[in-house]
Amino acid sequence: MALIVDKHRPKSLDDLTYHDELSSRLHSLAQCGDFPHILVYGPSGAGKKTRVVATLKELFGPGVDKIKIDARVFQTSSNRKLEFNIVASVYHLEITPSDVGNYDRVVVQDLLKEVAQTQQVDQAAKQKFKVVVINEAENLTRDAQAALRRTMEKYSPNLRLILLANSISNIIAPIRSRTLLIRVAAPTHDNICKVLAASAKKEGWPVVPGLHKRIAEESKRNLRRALLMYEAVHSQNEKVTDTTPIPPPDWEVLIGQIANEVVNDRTPARILAVRAQFYDLLTHCIPATTIIKTLAFKLVELVDDDLKGDVILHAATYESRIKEGTKVIFHLEAFVVKFMKILEEYLMAMDM
Amino acid sequence: MASFFDLKARKAAAANGASSSSEKKATENPRLQPWVEKYRPKTLSDVTAQDHTVTVLQRTLQASNLTGAEKLPHMLFYGPPGTGKTSTILALAKELYGPEMIKSRVLELNASDERGISIVREKVKDFARMQLTNPPPGYKARYPCPPFKIIILDEADSMTQDAQSALRRTMETYSKITRFCLICNYVTRIIDPLASRCSKFRFKSLDQGNAKRRLEDIAKLEDVQIEDGAVDALIRCSDGDLRKAITYLQSAARLVGASSSEDDDADKMDVDNKTITVKIVEDIAGVIPDATIQKLVKAMRSRDTYRAVASVVEDLVADGWSAGQTMMQLNQAIIYDETIPDVQKNRIVGVFSEVDKRLVNGAEEHLAILDLALRISKIMAGR
Repeated sequence: MALIVDKHRPKSLDDLTYHDELSSRLHSLAQCGDFPHILVYGPSGAGKKTRVVATLKELFGPGVDKIKIDARVFQTSSNRKLEFNIVASVYHLEITPSDVGNYDRVVVQDLLKEVAQTQQVDQAAKQKFKVVVINEAENLTRDAQAALRRTMEKYSPNLRLILLANSISNIIAPIRSRTLLIRVAAPTHDNICKVLAASAKKEGWPVVPGLHKRIAEESKRNLRRALLMYEAVHSQNEKVTDTTPIPPPDWEVLIGQIANEVVNDRTPARILAVRAQFYDLLTHCIPATTIIKTLAFKLVELVDDDLKGDVILHAATYESRIKEGTKVIFHLEAFVVKFMKILEEYLMAMDM
Repeated sequence: MASFFDLKARKAAAANGASSSSEKKATENPRLQPWVEKYRPKTLSDVTAQDHTVTVLQRTLQASNLTGAEKLPHMLFYGPPGTGKTSTILALAKELYGPEMIKSRVLELNASDERGISIVREKVKDFARMQLTNPPPGYKARYPCPPFKIIILDEADSMTQDAQSALRRTMETYSKITRFCLICNYVTRIIDPLASRCSKFRFKSLDQGNAKRRLEDIAKLEDVQIEDGAVDALIRCSDGDLRKAITYLQSAARLVGASSSEDDDADKMDVDNKTITVKIVEDIAGVIPDATIQKLVKAMRSRDTYRAVASVVEDLVADGWSAGQTMMQLNQAIIYDETIPDVQKNRIVGVFSEVDKRLVNGAEEHLAILDLALRISKIMAGR
């Protein structure tokens, strides 16, 4: 059985439930025949991908649904072989170049050139061009982006790009100025409630407005997370009511626990215990950035107002060091130690 | 060989060979062409707002007409993006050589072409030492066709040091038959030996009036309805970069669907009431509405700082605004706020620079912006 996130994903532009203005814009873009390169950005779970898929369908018709997965091998200049997965239909390709790390330039150059140099074979096709969807465009290296730049102009008769990114800060200006920027904001709480209610109707679940509202708040305006939570609630409880607890993900529980312990017990022994817990989280593939961010927000709730700013300040400092450094555990620990120190100092000053 | 270097010729050839119905392609192409290319100045006098450079170039142009050669120096154009550097040299080349000779006399290389030291050694050197071809009879009456070739190295500041030093001798050896034109944003990235061989032209960023006139012209030619303040908004959002402004204009036109008309007949029917508004322009440029920024500033000044700021920042991130843009606009809002004493501003600017560096290194945006806002509010509260 498919998850309801996938099962109830809107298939066409008309089915989309929020951002109506944006949907109608995409509609007119797809219709006008002069489809530009597009850069779609917004936080995760806002519906970027859904909108792109719906737009593709609008452009090419139902053919885009027939997808297959290709494994391709690319060769770098140093003769290293790279394996790379491509999701493709007759009309479009979908790639995630950041999978291959620093070699993304090779993939982008080779693959796009190859696509651009082949003509659309299907005479009945609605559009003459192929579309390449690039996921996680913000993780592309500078080199790869510079390579895209010329490709976008040179092969524009045969090729359109749709870039998906969480933020446009890391996209170089020349790319930004060559694409049409489309911002997909996260859905509001009301939007999420409506979507949940619609899903409930399709599944034959009772509509419980109080629960929906709580899920919407809990999900931090991330629709995907909201739907997953909603399904989790239903799978764990026979009957759901307004007060049914929403099970938080276990890693969040663990981080919450760390936060509590750190606030209450500020000793070297605790640091040792926390280290073990951090390792536990890291081995379960929770990104260090997520850990430090969640921990910081949990700690902020537990300390006095005067300290809140400092907690965020140090969280931001150590988070940026995670990005620069190599071993994340040092910075996670350093953050905890720093936090213990400022809290201890603050309490001492109060006692005096 | 020469036509191989010329991108336009190659593109045209590719388009002809590729499409089965080349006629249809021909009617379609101008519409699909980016307006930036379509409205590139055709002659030197079309170039807006760079009066000084244009007069100097025109004078050398006339002088070289009289004496034949040796009057045009090697050139180095520098200035912010979108001020017409490439346009100027292309317009000059067009005036000098005309449409037929331009293919064999001009080599244009930019950063997206491979440009390591090997390219400089082979491609550039080969082109530089190629002997001149004679213009067809009668051609010289229409175009001056001076006896030298031009090599345009666009975005020269992204060339490696080695590649630049490989150019040094080449520039001198073939100076009889070849002129170089280097184009860059930052003149400091050009190594001294190269810079000293060229006469430098600085391109200043466009002033409001000129940019406005140009944008309005294009809007009129493209039959785009545009709201009163929208042109100003375009100029504001693009900070003096005319290319960006024109691209935004085209994107906006596409969005409102005004440019979807197929040909002249449909054009008349397609005169709908869709106009480009300030809001659409700001949307496309990714500018955050002033109200949102003001809300953030207000939150930073409120008493219960953390809660207020945290909720505004969370909304800001959830709405997908980019951190870079937020910082830029917040910076503007704070620097021009006269109620904040200068001493505080000094410290605030320090915070900005630190957070910006972190963002460039790939720090998490939500934390970084929250940190920024909290630190600023702390400084403003005088603590």
